[in-house]
Amino acid sequence: MITGDIVGELVCPAGTPASLRTAVDAGADSIYCGFQNATNARNFPGLNFTPKELAGAVDYAHERGANVLLALNSYPPAGKFDLWREAADLGNELDVDAFIVADMAVARYISEKHPERRIHLSVQAAAASPDAINYYVREFGVKRVVLPRILTIPEIHDIKSEISAEIETFIFGNHGLMVEGRCSLTNYATGLSTNMDGVCSPAHLVEYVKDADENMSTRLGGYTIDRFGPQENAGYPTICKGRYCNEVQPDGYYAFEEPISLNLSKLLPDLMEAGVTAFKIEGRQRSRAYVRKVVSAFRAAVDDIRAGREPQLADLVALTEGQKQTEGAYKTKKWR
Amino acid sequence: MTNALPDPIARRLPPLAELPVPLLPLQPILYRIVRRVAEKHPELFERLGKHQRTNFVIELTDLPLALHLRPFPPSLILRAVRKDRLPRHEAHIAGDFRTLLGLLDAEVDGDAIFFSRDLVISGDTEAVVTLRNALDDVEGSIAEDVAEMFGAPGRIALDRLNAMAERAETQENSHDNW
Repeated sequence: MITGDIVGELVCPAGTPASLRTAVDAGADSIYCGFQNATNARNFPGLNFTPKELAGAVDYAHERGANVLLALNSYPPAGKFDLWREAADLGNELDVDAFIVADMAVARYISEKHPERRIHLSVQAAAASPDAINYYVREFGVKRVVLPRILTIPEIHDIKSEISAEIETFIFGNHGLMVEGRCSLTNYATGLSTNMDGVCSPAHLVEYVKDADENMSTRLGGYTIDRFGPQENAGYPTICKGRYCNEVQPDGYYAFEEPISLNLSKLLPDLMEAGVTAFKIEGRQRSRAYVRKVVSAFRAAVDDIRAGREPQLADLVALTEGQKQTEGAYKTKKWR
Repeated sequence: MTNALPDPIARRLPPLAELPVPLLPLQPILYRIVRRVAEKHPELFERLGKHQRTNFVIELTDLPLALHLRPFPPSLILRAVRKDRLPRHEAHIAGDFRTLLGLLDAEVDGDAIFFSRDLVISGDTEAVVTLRNALDDVEGSIAEDVAEMFGAPGRIALDRLNAMAERAETQENSHDNW
């Protein structure tokens, strides 16, 4: 059961049952996951849980004192709300510890139908001000807010002083910011929505093409969104991480974001000081190897801090996108 | 690097990936392997969904062969093919033996080796992503399971394959250093 009393609760991703068990065994306090459909924002092929698998996963986690958070964090399109309603009822039946939601109607349904279940507000809701967060707390009984990755630590501290909800922040993984829950770049190029279909850069529309000189082009929906030289590190095939040419920069430049991962390992004590309850690791689409390494590293770091020791942090750069890492907006408002 | 060949010998040998290798003796062994994996891990094939019917070519960049995989349980295909005579396929995966073995056993992260360009994919990206995710949900070592089914010779073969891959890596480094 989540009480919110633990400072530095480690919230870890799982894309498969084996990943969830790996996360629990590596020291996760809570694990978030989703069903194999559009109700969550990682609706990727071969990923996620059947109801039977989730039942087994909840048992495995609970027997070892860990929590399972069910991501229902996409937005139901008109006429399709039943899918989200059924997922919420199923999650309740399977005894998940909390629902992670973005859409107000989903939050309303859970708060009325399953009032005993915790609701965590997804980063996809993009609630970044005390007024917005307090609205969700007042109207839907939200217990925790996952803050967008656009706030400095002093800003997080100020928000905490004006809200009653717990705060969860991302500490490692994908650094795709834009306006979370509002990004329509994939939709623009493919006709499919990150926010309603749960698919950012759907794999069936991604293509990698190598030329005779070993350069690799990344295409999405027929559009070339990046080209990597033979020795150059690659990134995710998302429009926000693409390079584009214009008259001034004919060789291409990162118009939105660079391929880079968030890593706040050095800022954990400051985040705790600012009132952050839970630390979130991104990466439900990543492997068990990633889950094992990242969760173990942060488990050790959080335990060191709690014990008053200087945290010893493993080098995680090999697991980062583009083999580069940043402290993003948490460190400075201008992070590019 | 261990097992490094003396420089003059390394210079005389062609890269391992270019050596001719008889494929016929490998075929029944590979078929037994994929049958065994299908019997032991049916959930892997359920997770593949529609991509059970996809033809994958897995190119071992440091060995003189590629593999053709069609993971459709009623008529499984896993066979060795020549790199210059690849069969019709929808998805193509390329990497060195050790990288692919690590991926098979979830010892390495697929995204990380894609970012570093140690894994190269082309064709049907969705099929490759689905296969990667399905394999990642299999706990335990598939490679060791397979080696075990052939008893002591299987374990020796796995060790030798690892040694061959290491030798190939050494040779490649040796050629690179000229």
